[in-house]
Amino acid sequence: MPILGVHIMQLLGLNNVTTKYGDLTAIRDVSINVEEGHIISIVGSNGAGKTTLLNTISGVLPSAGGTITFAGKEISHLPPHRIVEEGIIQVPEGRLLFPDMTVLENLELGAFNRRSRKDIPALLEAVFNYFPKLQDRSDQMAGTLSGGEQQMVAIGRGLMAKPKLLMMDEPSLGLSPLVVKTVFETISKIKSDGITILLVEQNVLQSLMISDDVYVLENGSIILNGQGRELMDDPRVREAYLGI
Amino acid sequence: MGEVIIQLVINGLLLGGLYALLSIGLTLIFGVLEIVNFAHGEFLMISMYLAFLLFSFFGMDPYLSLIVILPVFFLFGYAIEKIIIKPLLNDPPLNQIFATIGLGLIFSNVALLLFKADFRTVKTPYSDVNLIFGNFFVSVPRLIAFLIAIALIAALLVYLKKTFTGKAIRALAQQRKAAMLMGIDVHRTYAIAFGIGIACVGAAGAVLLPLFFVFPTVGSLFSLIAFVIVILGGYNSLAGSLVAGLIIGLIEGFSGFFISPHLKEVVYFVLFIFILIFRPTGLFGKR
Repeated sequence: MPILGVHIMQLLGLNNVTTKYGDLTAIRDVSINVEEGHIISIVGSNGAGKTTLLNTISGVLPSAGGTITFAGKEISHLPPHRIVEEGIIQVPEGRLLFPDMTVLENLELGAFNRRSRKDIPALLEAVFNYFPKLQDRSDQMAGTLSGGEQQMVAIGRGLMAKPKLLMMDEPSLGLSPLVVKTVFETISKIKSDGITILLVEQNVLQSLMISDDVYVLENGSIILNGQGRELMDDPRVREAYLGI
Repeated sequence: MGEVIIQLVINGLLLGGLYALLSIGLTLIFGVLEIVNFAHGEFLMISMYLAFLLFSFFGMDPYLSLIVILPVFFLFGYAIEKIIIKPLLNDPPLNQIFATIGLGLIFSNVALLLFKADFRTVKTPYSDVNLIFGNFFVSVPRLIAFLIAIALIAALLVYLKKTFTGKAIRALAQQRKAAMLMGIDVHRTYAIAFGIGIACVGAAGAVLLPLFFVFPTVGSLFSLIAFVIVILGGYNSLAGSLVAGLIIGLIEGFSGFFISPHLKEVVYFVLFIFILIFRPTGLFGKR
């Protein structure tokens, strides 16, 4: 944290976090720092431990070591629903919508936590502002939507939870280039609405471009950290992730 | 002949509504917790005894006893989930099967100890009363059982559709991880769903009492029917259980008349085998 200049508050801090599946260590001694109002990206190849990291923060997986703090409070051992109550919301990989519920019901369930429940009408309006198309589809079963529309519902459902930190796991996976562009525009818009974002992406170039800070995860450990523009010029990143 | 058919349809549907209530809790528990509750029939037996005791000691009508049985059985189910089911949720299915079978054995043996193997029944003023509509008659206790069953099932479906907790239960059944990520307390919701499932079978026991005997192993008789209905209905579809309950009621009515009342179990089993061969996902199943 700088002594002079802009004082930026740490929102999420991971300090030497380790997560295991049985005897197998999936992430080891990971330390990251997410500052309020920023977009932080985590890039890395398949199986590097990106999703494990998000699930550990969400409390879906228990951490085997280290501490996680959020807005100054330790949350390492809270159950998932308490972490949502704190304001950390994950938009999971593969959308994971409730397929036999309508778009509206999916969005309403996003606001299940106590902080958001009473504000459902206003939150719905905000989400339909982001994604006008969802308003027309609100009575349609979520399972019948196209991939791009499903991703909109997934992000919208996350926004319904009034996130302080929105964690997005591969939001552009499996979408057409045009839809990918919209997804990244949405992410920038969410940031400009004051929501901090932790982004996991296989679309490295795009995420480097919009991120304030980037961590490179390999075999469960952070091997590089820097600003997005800075890492775009790093020869290791260029070769391994950008293919140039 | 046409009149006989209509009479059989009336009898079958009335019975089927009760069967649907009997099974819907099993379906709910399986759909949400993915646990097969092999003690389901024994919960029915306990509720029949409880209604019997309330009738014997306090003269409480079995239908009226629902106001006691529904909350007591909800809490009973809630507690059983917390104490016995929750520790087993991540265990192999075999452990879960043994645990619920064991629970059922304990229940039926405790009942044997307390009540002996006697068949007991209650005699209510309406036990043998029939309503006559032209050439057809409708048994009053069966009609009341049917109406209560349908009303409770409708209330359950509305609850699941409209309330936050109901939506959480459905969400958990459809996509467990996403439900967790939406801030749904999984363990609390599991316990509530289990409690509701047990309350349903408890209600079925109370409305069954004026129609049937109660004895310590009465549960196994009805759990057989419940399992056939759950599978016919598609394992985790509540609407499927309702329709399947009505179908089984009709089959029982017709096979009892045209074949023999003593062979009704044979008919269920033949049907059961045919479902497993030709439509293993049930009538409304997706998987």
